[in-house]
Amino acid sequence: MKDTEMLEQNVTNHPVKIAARNVQVYYGDSQAIRDVDIDINDKTVTAFIGPSGCGKSTFLRCINRMNDTIDAARVTGDIRIDGEDIYDKRVDPVQLRAKVGMVFQKPNPFPKSIYDNVAYGPRIHGLAQNKADLDGIVEQALRRGAIWDEVKDRLHAPGTGLSGGQQQRLCIARAVATEPEVLLMDEPCSALDPIATAQVEELIDELRQNYSVVIVTHSMQQAARVSQKTAFFHLGNLVEFGDTDDIFTRPQDPRTESYITGRIG
Amino acid sequence: MGQILTTGAVLPLVTLIAVLALGGYFLARRRAMISAGGDSRKLHSLPSYYGYNAVISVAVPALLALGIWLLVQPMLVQSSVVEMIPAQAVPEGSSVNLIMSDVRRLAEGLDAAVGAGAISDAEATDLTVADNLRAWLAERGVAIGAEVSPEVLQAAQAYREMNALGHVGRNVFVLLLALAGLLLAYRESHADFRARNRVENAIKALLILAASLAILTTVGIVLSMLFETINFFSLHPWTDFFFGASWAPNFRGDSDLSILPLLWGTLYISIIALAVAVPIGLFAAIYLSEYAGPKVRATAKPLLEILAGIPTIVYGLFALLTVGPALVKIFGRGEDGLLGVDWMSGATSVLTAGLVMGIMLIPFVSSLSDDIINAVPQSLRDGSFGLGATQSETIRQVVIPAALPGIVGAVLLAASRAIGETMIVVLGAGAIARISGNPLEAMTTITTRIVSQLTGDSDFASPETLVAFALGLTLFVLTLGLNVLALYIVRKYREQYE
Amino acid sequence: MSDIPNPAAPIADPRGASLLVQDGRTKRRNASEGRFKLYGIVAIAIGLLMLLTLLFTIISRGTGAFQQTYVTLSVPLLEEKLDKNGNRDLAEIKKVSTFGYAPLTKAAFEAKIAESGIETSLKPKAMADLLSKDAAAQLRDYVVANPDLIGSTVEFEFLTNSRVDGYLKGRVSRESIANDKNINAAQLDLVDALIADGSLQKRLNLNFITGADASDARPEAAGMGVAMLGSFAMMLVVLVLALPIGVAASIYLEEFAPKNWITDIIEVNISNLAAVPSIVFGILGLAVFINYMHLPNSAPLVGGLVLTLMTLPTIIISTRASLKSVPPSIRDAALGVGASKMQSVFHHVLPLAAPGILTGTIIGLAQALGETAPLLLIGMVGFIASNPPESIAEGLMAPNSAMPAQIYEWAKRADPAFYERAWGGIIILLVFLISMNAIAVLLRRRFERRW
Repeated sequence: MKDTEMLEQNVTNHPVKIAARNVQVYYGDSQAIRDVDIDINDKTVTAFIGPSGCGKSTFLRCINRMNDTIDAARVTGDIRIDGEDIYDKRVDPVQLRAKVGMVFQKPNPFPKSIYDNVAYGPRIHGLAQNKADLDGIVEQALRRGAIWDEVKDRLHAPGTGLSGGQQQRLCIARAVATEPEVLLMDEPCSALDPIATAQVEELIDELRQNYSVVIVTHSMQQAARVSQKTAFFHLGNLVEFGDTDDIFTRPQDPRTESYITGRIG
Repeated sequence: MGQILTTGAVLPLVTLIAVLALGGYFLARRRAMISAGGDSRKLHSLPSYYGYNAVISVAVPALLALGIWLLVQPMLVQSSVVEMIPAQAVPEGSSVNLIMSDVRRLAEGLDAAVGAGAISDAEATDLTVADNLRAWLAERGVAIGAEVSPEVLQAAQAYREMNALGHVGRNVFVLLLALAGLLLAYRESHADFRARNRVENAIKALLILAASLAILTTVGIVLSMLFETINFFSLHPWTDFFFGASWAPNFRGDSDLSILPLLWGTLYISIIALAVAVPIGLFAAIYLSEYAGPKVRATAKPLLEILAGIPTIVYGLFALLTVGPALVKIFGRGEDGLLGVDWMSGATSVLTAGLVMGIMLIPFVSSLSDDIINAVPQSLRDGSFGLGATQSETIRQVVIPAALPGIVGAVLLAASRAIGETMIVVLGAGAIARISGNPLEAMTTITTRIVSQLTGDSDFASPETLVAFALGLTLFVLTLGLNVLALYIVRKYREQYE
Repeated sequence: MSDIPNPAAPIADPRGASLLVQDGRTKRRNASEGRFKLYGIVAIAIGLLMLLTLLFTIISRGTGAFQQTYVTLSVPLLEEKLDKNGNRDLAEIKKVSTFGYAPLTKAAFEAKIAESGIETSLKPKAMADLLSKDAAAQLRDYVVANPDLIGSTVEFEFLTNSRVDGYLKGRVSRESIANDKNINAAQLDLVDALIADGSLQKRLNLNFITGADASDARPEAAGMGVAMLGSFAMMLVVLVLALPIGVAASIYLEEFAPKNWITDIIEVNISNLAAVPSIVFGILGLAVFINYMHLPNSAPLVGGLVLTLMTLPTIIISTRASLKSVPPSIRDAALGVGASKMQSVFHHVLPLAAPGILTGTIIGLAQALGETAPLLLIGMVGFIASNPPESIAEGLMAPNSAMPAQIYEWAKRADPAFYERAWGGIIILLVFLISMNAIAVLLRRRFERRW
């Protein structure tokens, strides 16, 4: 018992970055998320796990208001980043998404060059003063994406020509190039082979230094490997949230236990 | 029966084949049933398949032979009659083709007169020029344009004779084929004959035939224009056609027939049309596919597509009677006009035709681009939104560049439409061939000249008429090139996102 | 695409900035977003505005053709003019040409003036000129049909000429006739008096829908009916040929064709044929059907054949789409109970695809119905088919026009009275097209299946 307290303190050293209270999401008439309360810490990797259709991706997409792009989706409740309600009328989702980057399930590089892919965000947000500045931002982002060494000689080759794992790391580099504070990752490794997965997981661990990372994953092993905190979703409910070690070794809720022992999935 | 064997009409023959086929159906079916002792379960195929087999063996070879005969006979008769006409019988300034049309008209007139009972068959065969033929025929209801020369009469008689012979041969041959088919199918109809497989193979052959009609049509288009184009180039220098400077057909011969002024008019009008249709159509497509809610989309899209369903003659009239006069009111009439200038005199002009054609092409561009924009995967949009791009930034910098090849294909297809469009330019563009940059002047296009050269009164074998085929072939090659390129680009584009 | 901001602009520093305050750059970006969206709205608005303008023009200019000005006159069928010998011999009566009937209309006008007390300085000839040139023919037809009535006075309703008609429709005014040899102010005075008298009026003109085209001098008598029959005959040919051939070709390509280069060529060919300019099909028709096969010029049969070739690609493309939409499980189910491939297609796939095929066919027919250019080349323009065909065979073989060709013909005659008829003809044509498309949409709604 003492051990866990120690561990918990260790994690909660970092301040709360995202605070969600009483979040509900509806798709048309059906409710996809009910009553979710969660605090997500800065400089921490938080994993969302749960069976398919449990609402973990839906909740993730609430955090940068990607659900706005779906006509039928409706979100109620309160989500705050650094204390500011992101569903406030004054908040422009464009500014929010610059602050909360996102990496998707399938690598989706734009049909442009590697350089232009990474420079896209800084350009639209006006982060660079001149070409040299932009070059610097691109290089730094590619380095953070752990792909610089592989692509530095062919920055002007199309991004779609890279391998799947490289494409996903390019997308991560693209996301960090806008200097976000939070990085959302929606099953970033599900379309990758094991070697590429290992590379991306390693990268995620490094990203923890600078960002609050939220990762949705299907794989419990992955959650255990990369995250410090884990939330288990089931049928639209947040069933259990706590330190990753606790969730996997001493689940409180019988549903969590069933899931991690493979009885529901 | 004798009538059926000698008639040139096709209908009685086809009816007879149909009767034979129907009879064959029942005979073959009955024989198969009898061979199975009346128990249809002992048959290899369902009883009706034996009947169908008989129908197919009677009708298909017979009708096929009939069709081929109908195509070949005129060709053979024509060429052998042409050989009969001596060179000196062709008057100055005329051609064998003209004489042949006289021959045909006379022969058909005689046939009609015999058919109507005005003259007997023997009378028709024994006619001579001495009888003052034209008046004699006119009395009996056969109108001939010119006096008949002995050569023409002789040729016409030969023409009739050969045709009559051909008809008898055709009828006998086709009927024998049908009977043979009937006999064969009847003898085959046993319980263990695999009638279904036979019938299905035959049907499959028919399906293949139907599918290859598309190729036949293309071949027909190319050949029909190619032959006349070759004829044209034997009468008129090809250098003038491709590189000459002016288009001035002259019905007394010695015309300037250069495609360049027409090509210029065609391209100029098409460019104006595209300048109208591409931005409007593209922005409409972008709005409909990216911004509009389902309700707006469900209303605006079909409404815009009505523009595509309106026949081109309507646009032609709109150009001639509404847009043209409105443009004259703006750019013409000097002091009375809206701008007080006198730049435009008539309602027909490049701008008139171009604007109206642009309106016509809006839905064409918009629905093609709409499809193409919708094919851009949502993941790219998500990626861009996820980076904090606004919707217009996403569209301009991600969606449109990704859709660009497809959009280029759509524009090329629209261009090919514009180049081949006829009615709008016939009514709205004018008839003056010139190379000028002034969009308020009347100019003419390839398609309008095809119409006017082929509907004029000029002799069919003259270069002034034949040039239409050369124009048609050029038009075909031009649009075909654009279409093939566009379809190739669009197909490659779709493969990229499948 | 490189829009690197100009150096003077402050660099945004996103980290730590409040989300509740929009920075200047975001405001600018949102403004440009608004503009971009506006372009789209403007584009759609332009398109819809054009549609409205077009429809408004058609309706405002074309409805006039459905009304025509008639004048009611009592005509004495004078025996001394029509049947000099008084023996009512039909053969002799028929020898009196339409010129012989001109005095009758003059007499009728004189009687009218005397009876109603209208004052006019016009000579009877000038009064009779108000009538359409069709009037004498109408009289003659009546007399030939009823020779017994010669000698009595019969009331007739005559068409007026196109100037009088234009005057009532506002197309002709007292100012516009200054240089017009066909009508003068005194005649218009008489027209006004006759309107006041109630014997001259505008009313529904069914002849425009059912009648035949008329010569250049008689726009008031021209109708669409015969051209409509020509169009129907062509559509019959297209339906009878294009539907079975199109369906057969689609079945082969979709269900049986092996994937090889021949199939590829056929497919490329079909998509190209769909985009070949229609006038090229006209050239094909002229060269093959008329010059080579010697089918009659101007015959709807030839028009139908040309339009069949033109419509086939459309029908094949839509039929293949509906065949493709039938799920493979249906085919597998049929094959699974021992049906042959052919049976599975004809017994199961084809009936399920039928509504889609029908919809595509109707749309193809509608497209063919409005097509003009190829018809010009096979001679379906430029003559007047005065009588409706008497049988289907004649309808196919006898020279005729078609609706769009008739409209073109009227547009070429460069007379405002004929322009009105051209617009009116467009209304009739569009009514057909809209009905056909509506049927297609209804069919699609009624039978649309989501697998």
